[in-house]
Amino acid sequence: MNIDNLLKMANQIGQFFESQPDREQALMDISTHLTNFWAPAMRRELIAHLEKSSESGLSNIVEQSLLIHKHRLIE
Amino acid sequence: MYQISEKDFGTPAQLAEQQVTLEIDGMSITVPEGTSVLRAAAMAGVNIAKLCATDSLQAFGSCRLCLVEIEGRRGYPASCTTPVAEGLKVHTETDKLATLRRGVMELYISDHPLDCLTCAANGNCELQTMAGQVGLRDVRYGYTGKNHLQDSKDESNPYFTYDPAKCIVCNRCVRACEEVQGTFALTIDGRGFNSRVAASQNETFMASECVSCGACVQACPTATLIEKSVIETGQPDHSVVTTCAYCGVGCSFRAEMKGNEVVRMIPDKQGSANEGHSCVKGRFAWNYANHADRIVNPMIRKSINDPWKEVSWHEAIEYAAKEFKRIQDKFGRTSIGGIVSSRCTNEEDYLVQKLVRAAFGNNNVDTCARVCHSPTGYGLKQTLGESAGTQTFKSVDEADVIMVIGANPTDGHPVFASRMKRRLRQGAKLIVIDPRSINLVKSAHIKADYHLKLKPGTNVAVISAIAHVIVTEQLHDKEFIKNRCEEKSFNDWLSFASRAENSPEALEAVSGVPAPLLRQAARLYASFPNAAIYYGLGVTEHAQGSTMVMGIANLAMVTGNIGRAGVGVNPLRGQNNVQGACDMGSFPHELPGYRHVSDNAIRNQFEAAWNVTIEAEPGLRIPNMFEAALDGSFKGLYCQGEDIVQSDPNTQHVTAALSAMECIVVQDLFLNETAKFAHVFLPGSSFLERDGTFTNAERRISRIRQVMPPKAGLADWEVTMALSNALGYPMNYRHPSEIMDEVASLTPTFSGVSYSRLDELGSIQWPCNTLAPEGTEVMHVDEFVRGKGKFIITQYVPTDEKVTRRFPLLLTTGRVLSQYNVGAQTRRTENVQWHDEDQLEVHPHDAEERGITDGSWVGVESRAGKTVLRAILSERMQPGVVYTTFHFPESGANVITTDNSDWASNCPEYKVTAIQLVAVKESSQWQNNYQAFNRKQIRFLSDRERIDTDMVENS
Repeated sequence: MNIDNLLKMANQIGQFFESQPDREQALMDISTHLTNFWAPAMRRELIAHLEKSSESGLSNIVEQSLLIHKHRLIE
Repeated sequence: MYQISEKDFGTPAQLAEQQVTLEIDGMSITVPEGTSVLRAAAMAGVNIAKLCATDSLQAFGSCRLCLVEIEGRRGYPASCTTPVAEGLKVHTETDKLATLRRGVMELYISDHPLDCLTCAANGNCELQTMAGQVGLRDVRYGYTGKNHLQDSKDESNPYFTYDPAKCIVCNRCVRACEEVQGTFALTIDGRGFNSRVAASQNETFMASECVSCGACVQACPTATLIEKSVIETGQPDHSVVTTCAYCGVGCSFRAEMKGNEVVRMIPDKQGSANEGHSCVKGRFAWNYANHADRIVNPMIRKSINDPWKEVSWHEAIEYAAKEFKRIQDKFGRTSIGGIVSSRCTNEEDYLVQKLVRAAFGNNNVDTCARVCHSPTGYGLKQTLGESAGTQTFKSVDEADVIMVIGANPTDGHPVFASRMKRRLRQGAKLIVIDPRSINLVKSAHIKADYHLKLKPGTNVAVISAIAHVIVTEQLHDKEFIKNRCEEKSFNDWLSFASRAENSPEALEAVSGVPAPLLRQAARLYASFPNAAIYYGLGVTEHAQGSTMVMGIANLAMVTGNIGRAGVGVNPLRGQNNVQGACDMGSFPHELPGYRHVSDNAIRNQFEAAWNVTIEAEPGLRIPNMFEAALDGSFKGLYCQGEDIVQSDPNTQHVTAALSAMECIVVQDLFLNETAKFAHVFLPGSSFLERDGTFTNAERRISRIRQVMPPKAGLADWEVTMALSNALGYPMNYRHPSEIMDEVASLTPTFSGVSYSRLDELGSIQWPCNTLAPEGTEVMHVDEFVRGKGKFIITQYVPTDEKVTRRFPLLLTTGRVLSQYNVGAQTRRTENVQWHDEDQLEVHPHDAEERGITDGSWVGVESRAGKTVLRAILSERMQPGVVYTTFHFPESGANVITTDNSDWASNCPEYKVTAIQLVAVKESSQWQNNYQAFNRKQIRFLSDRERIDTDMVENS
């Protein structure tokens, strides 16, 4: 899939959770949202992109969430 | 004229608890206080003669036929305007009353054409019946006196005629227009003998403000106002109760029939959603079902550059199954999927998602709710615990304040709008939050107390500012919050909402809403006992659609406006079965009843029932399918009842995706825009040709009943079943009722639903189970479905779709009253007489700056594409914002809209597209390409290789 679109969608999700008061929970909620609503292939592509890019194009909160909860996303 | 086989009680029912006992013609009857003597008599089985009275209208007391004698009272009072009283003794038939009634009838008949035998109302005319009932035998005045028999007929309306020669000036039509519809288009013009019904300022019905709802026609006791279909066909001889196939109001209708032919559709008095009212679409725009464009034989072709070939059902189904199997063998199990529509029944939606999960072996199923109310599903589930509206329509009758956000009920949900307007005329307050001045803002006897005319894309800023006013001015319901909501989530949200950055003053520059106005509106919402929010796609179709839905739920909770009649969170669903399609598990992440596919226990139940393994991961949503098609991983699609090419955003992106696929199977009534990219066409059946159920915006499940055989031989559910069987997954339902039984067995909120129960109760609002055996009118009464209500922080995030020097204006899209969605149905009816093209509404200032004049062609360009529309200058718009509809494919409204979508649900941001306008003289390149492609596809259809239908039928 078009990685730019995936990045945009992921960052939009990050923008929502950025405003939630509990950062730890927000990081978990981002990964939960992706797990609940994104098809596995989309999640795999996003993680693969993150792993091979020095500048992922992801917001900090999304990048953090993916790194911490990677196992949930591509298990 | 009234529907056949329905009793008319003369005046409306009264709901008073106090009962009154009286005697009518020696019979004792007990009725609610306030009931008219006329109605009480009808309830006792005594039919007093009447003409100006009908039970859908308040008593008027003008015809002088329903006179009665009451012991101890002087004179001969009209029974329609006389309320019952304890111990009253009423006589309805005496010699004096008979003489008076005959005298009145003589006067009526002396100015009435005596053409009963050739009159369209013959056999169903109240005047004729009353003449018989009062025993009229002669007219002493003769028939040659001054009369109206030469008055000319108004045939301007495509659906009904007005013949003043037959009018008895009973005022029923005028009162129906006022009391039932609330348009006030009709009046009685002139005095005495010159009194005549007049539309607007004595204009023709078509030129007047009449919205063609049919209420006047239904109320008319003669053939003065009568359906053209009755004139052409004659009186119906039987009727079948069914449900309208248009908007999410889900009106109940009686299809009045002659044999297998529909003569007319009459709104059903017993229908709980509409209580006998209708709009121009449901009442009149049904004959698309018989349109010549209907395709009734299956077709296949190898490529979209080939002509179609008609084949038998067997061959078409086998071909589709073989293609799907080939694609899965080559590209993998997830390379195909299905899209179902809110225009399909619950049973069809259920079957398609079952087909995808069980026969395709993946979760790549989605529904058109993706592009309308998917944020409602997400937002309400998160906050309240259930993806559905909280109320019943009649709840609005108890609302003190009505807040309408991003909805245009008079056009999109007209029958509910009439009900809402009735409540507003009774004194309820109105707040409208909309970028446009919709009809509700100011119309006959309606004026919004506050219109927050916000900039498109700033809903969340406005809802947060309203919340700020409520909590900082201590207007919140502390007791409700303490008892019913999560403490931590409330405290977090309170802290957020109280921030100065969320004040109306801080957000005024963002939203364009003056802070003092917003403060007053917020106070109004929070200050009355019952405040209800109604919202539409102007809430959901945004990059922050889900956030806004949660903001609305926050507002209802913080003011305690949830869990009883008169309040609540009410999504107005665009299409008839949006709610149902979502309930039935049509989303890629959910099984029926909104249960996630990853829930092992739930999935195991379905696996056991279906005897198959179900994928535990979510599948592709519609926009994901397009993306996957373009990257080569998604190659096959089964699309039932939905026209994604016309309705989804960024048309060129959609068509590129479809062009990259190898097998698209479209099931529809017509060769819609998506079918022009298809390889297999399976003829669909109209709502008149199949059994099933629809679930409306108030969670009301209603039956649609087959009134004629499917024109193509199979109903849609039978086609899905055949496809599944051909793919090797057996489905063997004998009737849609068996599908509903399966839904009920697997879905706790539906466990009490069955066709026999629906027949018994008329309709059922889910949840319906052992806890609520007759269904649930109001949800979250004692506690929220999720337990405690959850407040969620709704930070405003500006959309990426920003105005720039190149694209300085914002386009927002919507619909009009006479057309519906992609117009596939309504474009094939006489409704085109009201609206035969999509037009662009532009504020005069924006037009003047660009040299655009009223009625001229204007080029509309966005980051996604360019099209040309006819401009209509309108001060309903605010400067900087333009508006159009998407009912006509050649307009290309969605060539302009972009891929931008809601963060949570991917619902497209139809309501915000940055554009530029330029005065032009010719069509856009896209339109030229479309016309050429369309011509080619129409030729492929007309040149199709025909099948010998006799041979197929005999095979």
